[in-house]
Amino acid sequence: MIHKRQAIPWRDIGVPLAVFLATLALWEGLVRWKNIPPYILPAPSVILATLIQDRELLFSSLIVTLGVTFEAFVIATVCGVALALLIAQSKWLERALLPFAVALQVTPIIAIAPLLLVYLQPGNAVLVCAFLVAFFPILSNTSLGLASVDFGLRDLFDLYHASPWQKLIYLRLPSALPQFLTGLRIGGGLALVGAIVAELAAGASGQGTGLAYRIVEAGFRLDIPRMFAALALISLSGLAIYGALAALSHVLLRGWHESARAQDA
Amino acid sequence: MTALGAAEAQRTAPALVSLRGVGKTFPSGLVALADYDLDVREGETLTLLGPSGCGKSTVLRLIAGLAQPTAGSIDWSAPRIENNIGFVFQDATLLPWASVFDNVFLPLRLGGFSHEAASPRVDEALAHVGLLEFSGALPRELSGGMRMRCAIARALVTRPALIMMDEPFAALDEVTRFKLNDDLLALKRRLGATIVFVTHSVFEAAYLSTRIVVMSRRAGRLIDDIRIDPELERDDDYRTSKSFADICRRGSLALRVAIEEATP
Ligand SMILES: Nc1ncnc2c1ncn2[C@@H]1O[C@H](COP(=O)(O)OP(=O)(O)O)[C@@H](O)[C@H]1O
Ligand SMILES: [Mg+2]
Repeated sequence: MIHKRQAIPWRDIGVPLAVFLATLALWEGLVRWKNIPPYILPAPSVILATLIQDRELLFSSLIVTLGVTFEAFVIATVCGVALALLIAQSKWLERALLPFAVALQVTPIIAIAPLLLVYLQPGNAVLVCAFLVAFFPILSNTSLGLASVDFGLRDLFDLYHASPWQKLIYLRLPSALPQFLTGLRIGGGLALVGAIVAELAAGASGQGTGLAYRIVEAGFRLDIPRMFAALALISLSGLAIYGALAALSHVLLRGWHESARAQDA
Repeated sequence: MTALGAAEAQRTAPALVSLRGVGKTFPSGLVALADYDLDVREGETLTLLGPSGCGKSTVLRLIAGLAQPTAGSIDWSAPRIENNIGFVFQDATLLPWASVFDNVFLPLRLGGFSHEAASPRVDEALAHVGLLEFSGALPRELSGGMRMRCAIARALVTRPALIMMDEPFAALDEVTRFKLNDDLLALKRRLGATIVFVTHSVFEAAYLSTRIVVMSRRAGRLIDDIRIDPELERDDDYRTSKSFADICRRGSLALRVAIEEATP
């Protein structure tokens, strides 16, 4: 009566890929057929050519943006989990700290970025922006996970006189894992968004080296193909971050949790 | 020992735990239990039968120390027994991320046992319920019956003298339930633990128990206290015997009275 997990059906990857390729083909065809100039809408082939031609510039910018995103994400994860654990220890701390976290979350990051740029070096401002947006979803999801332990399991641990520490290690942390991973998936994507937003703000004042700055810069020069090429790299980075974190969830949850069984939505 | 002798011995066996005038009022003001008396005697399989909401689970939780009484007293014959109670919940209540082995290991791990020290006892408990070859499986890979077996192994692993079982087989199909009933009886013969069992099935109660207490919603009222000869062979012949039918009839009547009292 052992049920084996189903492998992911090929159509989960194949169908979206086919749609994507068809869209590219349609785009390419339309641009060629209507003779649309590249400074209005570059064809996918032109974007690809630009990507190859400008690779040194674009990829060094990509490394800068991804580096900051990753750094911010790691710091946000450490701080988010630490604060979630702290909050889980007492209702009092939760009441004291959570309103600030919420206030930070509901303030649009794009409004904070210019201020940060006043006080910090552009590189640090980007880091702080990316951190701020990634931090909250990790905190709130982990908090939720730590609080949502099954009542029956709680009774079980009480029955065996488990210490608070044992409850944390053997019950609350593993219980929180699925929600923590959800927080990571959201936070990872948002860290990139935060970094890009801050780079745009920095780029407007002529400072910066990240990918978003390349977009701003190319925009000034009306180099539309390069704007698209940078944009494509940003999209791919976002997809890669999401994919990597979804894969991590999948491995860590080993199919014990519902969300890993269905789809990593 | 004659049948009567065995029944008599059971009746006069020392009480492992005695509830005297026990009450449980929840903060909401709801009175789940009031002025409740019960002796659980050594070696019994005592079944609590009663309409839903009459406080059966509350009695088990009070005995297991998962809830505190708001009135009365619970007296133990020995702290050794009080501090080592097995509990099988209605849902198997397994850690979904842990293997069958780790689930059964949990009570020992919480008691400070190392993996190596606990391993023989975990294997023994798994062997008792026939799950040894599924040590490495995750709960969701098991059928409902196997999950319940795992929960039973976990309750056995600390070798408790007293085991609480709260409607453990209610969610299972009848074939599985009958099989688990027989397995439980075999385990009971082998291990001799005292069991307090809750079910809403009169037939299950009559098949498993040496004593059935029928509870009412009305404060502290026990409608009937049915004793069944512990020496009786529990098998298919017993299921179709006259004494089984008599017990079921008596239990059903008491249950009907309890339900009528519950819905005035
Ligand atoms: N934690 C609780 N808080 C408030 N009321 C409860 C709680 N647990 C049980 N009750 C109430 O106590 C009564 C008895 O419950 P229970 O012992 O579970 O009954 P049974 O197991 O016989 O169905 C019910 O009315 C139930 O709603
Ligand atoms: Mg109940």
